[in-house]
Amino acid sequence: MNSLAMSSLTIAWVMAALQTLIFIAAAPLMAGWVKRLKCHMQNRAAPAVWQPYRDLAKLMRKDMVLAENASWLFRATPYIVFGATLLAAAAVPLVVVHLPTAAIADLIVLVGFFALARFFTALAALDIGTAFGGMGASREMTVAALAEPAMLMVVFTLAMTAGTTNLSTATEAVLQAGVVLRPSFLFALFALAMVAVAECGRIPVDNPATHLELTMLHEAMILEYGGRHLALIEWAAQIKLMIYAVLIVDFFFPWGIARDFNAVSLTIGVIAGTAKVMLLAMLLVVWETVLAKIRLFRAPQFLGFAFLLALLGMLTSVVLETGS
Amino acid sequence: MELTTLGLYNQAIIVFAALVLFTSFVMLAQPRIQPLIYTFAWQGLLLAVVIVLAAIVSNHPHLYISAALTVVLKVGLIPWLLYRLSIRLNMNYETETITHPSMLLLSGAGLVVFSYFIAAPIVHLSGLATRNTIAVSIAVELLGMLIMIARKTAMAQVIGFMSIENGLFFAAVVSTYGMPLIVELGVAFDVMVASILFGVFFFHLRDSFDSLDVSHLNRLSETDEAMPLPEAAEVKQP
Repeated sequence: MNSLAMSSLTIAWVMAALQTLIFIAAAPLMAGWVKRLKCHMQNRAAPAVWQPYRDLAKLMRKDMVLAENASWLFRATPYIVFGATLLAAAAVPLVVVHLPTAAIADLIVLVGFFALARFFTALAALDIGTAFGGMGASREMTVAALAEPAMLMVVFTLAMTAGTTNLSTATEAVLQAGVVLRPSFLFALFALAMVAVAECGRIPVDNPATHLELTMLHEAMILEYGGRHLALIEWAAQIKLMIYAVLIVDFFFPWGIARDFNAVSLTIGVIAGTAKVMLLAMLLVVWETVLAKIRLFRAPQFLGFAFLLALLGMLTSVVLETGS
Repeated sequence: MELTTLGLYNQAIIVFAALVLFTSFVMLAQPRIQPLIYTFAWQGLLLAVVIVLAAIVSNHPHLYISAALTVVLKVGLIPWLLYRLSIRLNMNYETETITHPSMLLLSGAGLVVFSYFIAAPIVHLSGLATRNTIAVSIAVELLGMLIMIARKTAMAQVIGFMSIENGLFFAAVVSTYGMPLIVELGVAFDVMVASILFGVFFFHLRDSFDSLDVSHLNRLSETDEAMPLPEAAEVKQP
């Protein structure tokens, strides 16, 4: 009996490690898929979906050039960023719920991981002392300070309905409830999508493809990085985009995710997860193609609207769904 | 009352009620005239959907007439009148500067909380499946009032007024499944007359002040004119 429990625990941990590996291995693929779709959408010649892997491999092989006045902080930051993002990825159920890693972090800690990564990126950007680093750090913190309350409000709305802030349990609660039309989820979905767009540095808040000095936010901070460090930071950014996509899928469209370690349900989980993330990437591409980048000074309005949506989600969940 | 205990139609009523509330918030912060009119029309349409769903759930056929009235007046006629007026007055691309839009939206959220608080006793008394939406309907009224208070152009204020009327209609439907038909017809007629009167008022306002900013109305006309000098008055005396 005891050995059986031990073996099932081992299987669970192996599954958790496998899921995290799949997560970080698939993140560049998703980035490549988004890039390819976007090129097709804009009538440009598209790179292969494997291109992000080649880029990462090339950067890994390259030598690093460090600035003379770079401190240990600058050198440690890529590892901290990648580590925090990896831990966040481990906590998000991609294929199967109820893994032991789900206990690492609830949603609030997940937001905390992102904040930690962002904090160190901003510090490293200031560390070198170039003008672009400081500018990028200040802009990124401005956006983050506005996006985080909206994100937390979304989390609270979902937690009130699911009765927990644990992601895995919440996903199961949504699955168990079946088809329920919830206005709070509708508002929370749009708020979370807007926050995800802002946090991942996508159009309309930031343009990931540009290095134009007046418009860049995230790129301005990591301008001094090269080689292995840059590869880790870019990979972390791709994982972050994937985490947000999977978060949206887990909360609002969890159907198909595996609830046990049965081979059939795992296969269904993989297929459903891939299909849903691919669809979501298509929506992101359409969104990025029809919208133009907004001025930096209008980003607060964009995020203020996201906050309002999240707040409305919270209010409707209290007023309309719970009642008195 | 828990949402999961309700049927799918009742859940749909609640979703559309939330969307009506959302359009009120959009109107609160929409600085451009034309999208404001469109949003008002959308609110009317969503309200009509709520009324139709309530009619299906409660089996009250006279609510279909209310829904038809809403579609004809609030989605068709009044937005069309306002749209035509905005073109005739050459203000359809005008934008109004809203000072502190975030403050405005947050105070709107505060009004929702307030209306939840004041609706609680009514909700306890009511036995209808739609009773949770009473708070939202009161919030739509109060938000319409906030639009009238916070916005400066006459067009936005008129839309705020119409949105209060939307809220009243909404409250009547979700708390008692509609007013008597004769009252509804009377109110609808009143609103139609009001929209025509507002048109006349717009033209007067523009003729007098060359703009539709109602803050001009706060100023006394005498203070702008040059005061007659006291010496001039004395000279006239003999």
